[in-house]
This record gives sequence, structure tokens and C-alpha cells, in this order.
Amino acid sequence: MSNSKGFLKSSIGRKAIMGLTGLFLVTFLIVHVSINSLLFVGDSGATFNAAANFMAHNPVIRVVEIGLFAGLILHTVQALLLTLANRKARPQGYAVVNGAANSSWYSRSMGLLGTLLLLFLVMHLYHFWWPTKVAVFTDHEHNTFDEIKAVFTDGTMGIISVLLYVIGCISLAYHLLHGFQSGFQTLGLNHKKYTPLIKKTGIGFSIIVSLLFALMPIGFLIGFIK
Amino acid sequence: MAGTSGKTINVTIKVWRQKNKNQKGQFETHPMKGVSVDMSFLEMFDVLNDRLITEGKDPVAFDHDCREGICGMCSMYINGRPHGPKQGVTTCQLHMRSFKDGDTIVVEPWRSAAFPVVKDLAVDRSAFDRIIASGGFVSVNTGNARDANSILIPKDDADQAFNAAACIGCGACVAACKNGSAMLFVSAKVSQLALLPQGQIERDERVLNMVNQMDEEGFGNCTNTAACEAECPKGISLENIARLNREYISASNFANRK
Ligand code: SF4
Ligand code: FES
Repeated sequence: MSNSKGFLKSSIGRKAIMGLTGLFLVTFLIVHVSINSLLFVGDSGATFNAAANFMAHNPVIRVVEIGLFAGLILHTVQALLLTLANRKARPQGYAVVNGAANSSWYSRSMGLLGTLLLLFLVMHLYHFWWPTKVAVFTDHEHNTFDEIKAVFTDGTMGIISVLLYVIGCISLAYHLLHGFQSGFQTLGLNHKKYTPLIKKTGIGFSIIVSLLFALMPIGFLIGFIK
Repeated sequence: MAGTSGKTINVTIKVWRQKNKNQKGQFETHPMKGVSVDMSFLEMFDVLNDRLITEGKDPVAFDHDCREGICGMCSMYINGRPHGPKQGVTTCQLHMRSFKDGDTIVVEPWRSAAFPVVKDLAVDRSAFDRIIASGGFVSVNTGNARDANSILIPKDDADQAFNAAACIGCGACVAACKNGSAMLFVSAKVSQLALLPQGQIERDERVLNMVNQMDEEGFGNCTNTAACEAECPKGISLENIARLNREYISASNFANRK
């Protein structure tokens, strides 16, 4: 038996892409937050720089990076297409909607949270990813730790950056709060015993990862990361 | 029943009026005085319609049939929620005691591209019928009453199938969903058969056809907000949607056939 219309064109297929790419991006977050947590070591970034340097020059990581961007683009484009289709499914809206009575605000605001994350990401790539790339390709000495420090300790601009990063982290927390468990549900991975565990893990993951990320710019600003 | 409470309230009804599918609609306001709190929501509409007819006006069109929560016909979106403020009941089982004196109650039809308004609050839900016709059945002979006892079914499966079969096809899930998705309905109809031995023969074909029809009808895509589960008058669980996803992913990609 074959799927006449094609799996990837069906609503469930398109949702499966959202779930798969979303969970893939979650694995990236695990790596990212682990390495960045070395900022907290307190040795003026010696450990962190060693790890960052390894990541920047390792060929396997470079290939994975391409996959990462592909996943991110797929997740974003698919989300846009699905949102447009969903708008069409209800051309005339309700005069009164009591959404709070039946669902969480963040589960209904994944598009908004995702957009905030995307904007954050543009700034974030401009701050750190791009300078690293330039340094690697031009074979320059590159001290990532000092670079991060410079962004967040640059007077008023530094404070603004810290604020924007914290907003980014809050968006991430709520996006994950819904997205983590949602990814499993979409892929049909539901189980009497494991689903409650997945939900709890999702909540813990969202809060811990976002908090750790947020503490980095804050740490530079108020000086507990030295 | 132990008699009535005799208590009455005054409410204002803001109801959606629309002549037919193609015309634009608008809200109409009707003050309702001395409404018995023991009336059902539909009885309150009966009173309103009686008045409209006596005044020589057009009564409000709305769907209803059994008036005891089993047919799924009554479809009203009341103050921002399908079937009103109470959980686990249909509009016909909602009573005026759920409202306060002086309340303004806004009543709208289900809003979905797949459920066009026929008139006022009545919408055309034949999209659901077409989804059922595409695969929500078994075409094997299931025997007669005594055969039911000879086909052994694990208690857990029987219970889950029964729970899924409680869906009355009212469409509140679609009405509640911000995406206008029909996944809860389709998942209930796929689950009730996928869980039983009699449903195995057409299992793959069924889920492929029903999801395909669901997509064709123009329902939206599920984002797991769980609004449907919270508003479903029959307590159909989100686990059914996970099962539907699983059934569809497996039938599309892993069924070892051409
Ligand atoms: S799943 Fe619930 S809300 Fe949806 S049609 Fe069935 S009974 Fe109505
Ligand atoms: S009229 Fe039958 S369920 Fe309400």
C-alpha cells in the first residue's frame, strides 16, 4: 500500500518534519549549553576557549553545522507554511475567544515565540558566529571568551545586549516548554509510563537550559564571570 | 426530578445571524427577562424563538436533535468556548444556572472553512461524514451477538476503543482549535477500530484514507495545544491523536506493501 498523496505533503507528515527538526535542534542546545557552561569555570576562559577552538576547527562539527542550519531553515519554513494553512482553515474568526480556558498561552503562541527566537538568532549569529568564521578562514588569533565579554561589558550597549539576550532566553524557555513534549506527541511517541516522564523532562530541560544561557550574559555584566 | 428552584435571571443574548453561506452575518442583541435557571440553554433559545415568531420575525436557526448529549448536533460557541463554560457537557446539557443575573452571552456558530454556515448558528458538518465514508467502518462480517464473546479482546484495548467510540462527532474540537484542526475527531474514529481485531484488515488503508480526506476538506494542522481535549464533551483524550500520528506514520512509511 502506498500513500497516494505523499507522506511529506500530508498534514501529519508536515507535522512530523516540525517534530523531528525541533527535537534535532534540542540536541544541538544540549551541546551548545554544555560547552558554554565552561564559561562558569572561572579561569578567564582558558577551558572555554580550548573547547570553542576545538569546535571551530573540527571537520565533523563543521559538517554537522550544515545539517544544523538545514534543520533550522526547514523548521522555520515549514512552520510558516503550516501557519498560513491554518489561517485558511478559519477565514472568519470568533468575536469572543476564551483560549485561556482550554490551553496555555505559550502553546498558542509558538509562532510569535519562534519569530522572537529567529530575530534573536540573527543578532546572536552576528555577535559570535560570524566573527569566529572570519577568524577561522583568515587564520587569525581568536579569543572567543574576550569577544563575548566585550559584547556584554560595552557600557550602555552592553546592558541593552544583556537585556535582549535575556528576552531571547525567556522566549526559548516558553518555546521549549511546549515544543519539547509536543515533538514526541507529533511523532506518535505516547506511552502511559513514559509520557509523564517526557513531560517532566521537558519542563526541567526548558527551565535549566534557558536559565544557564541567561546567566552567561548576566554573569559578564555583573562580573561573576571573570 | 425534584421540582424546580423557581429562580430566574435576566440575561442579554448576542447571537450571530446569517441568512446563508454566501451572505455576511452580524450580531443581533436580545434581552431575555425572567429566564428560569432550570432551563437548558436550548430551551432558552426556544423561548427566544417563540417570541421572535410571535413578533413575526425570523427565528434563530440552530442544530439540535436528542437534547441529551448523545447525537452531537447542538453546536454553539458560547462566550468564547464550544458548548459553553462547563466541562464534559454539550450545549443541550448546559443549564442557565451556569450563568449569572445580568450576564451578556455571546453565541456564535462553529467557525471553520470546512464547516460553512448554513444559517445563523447551524453549520454544515458533512465534512465529517465524508471522512467517515472514506474509511471509518469495517467491511468484514463481524458475526452476530454470540460471536462477540468468541473473539477475545484484552480488557485494556476494549476500554480504550470504547472511550474513543464515545465521540459523538459534534465538531467542538475543530471549533475550539486555534488551527481549526479535526485531529481529535479523526483520531477517535481511527482509534476505535485500530484497537480491535475486527479493524485490523483495513487498518492501514483506513488511516491513510481518513487523513487524506481530512486534509482535502481543509481542516488545519494540529499544534498540540490540547484545546480540543479540554473542550470535548466526551473527554476524548489526546492519546488518540498520538495513536493517529503513529498509525499514519507507520502506514505511510513502514507498511511492507507496494
Ligand atoms: S472528539 Fe469530542 S469534540 Fe471532537 S467531535 Fe468527537 S465528541 Fe465532539
Ligand atoms: S442535541 Fe443531541 S447532543 Fe445536544
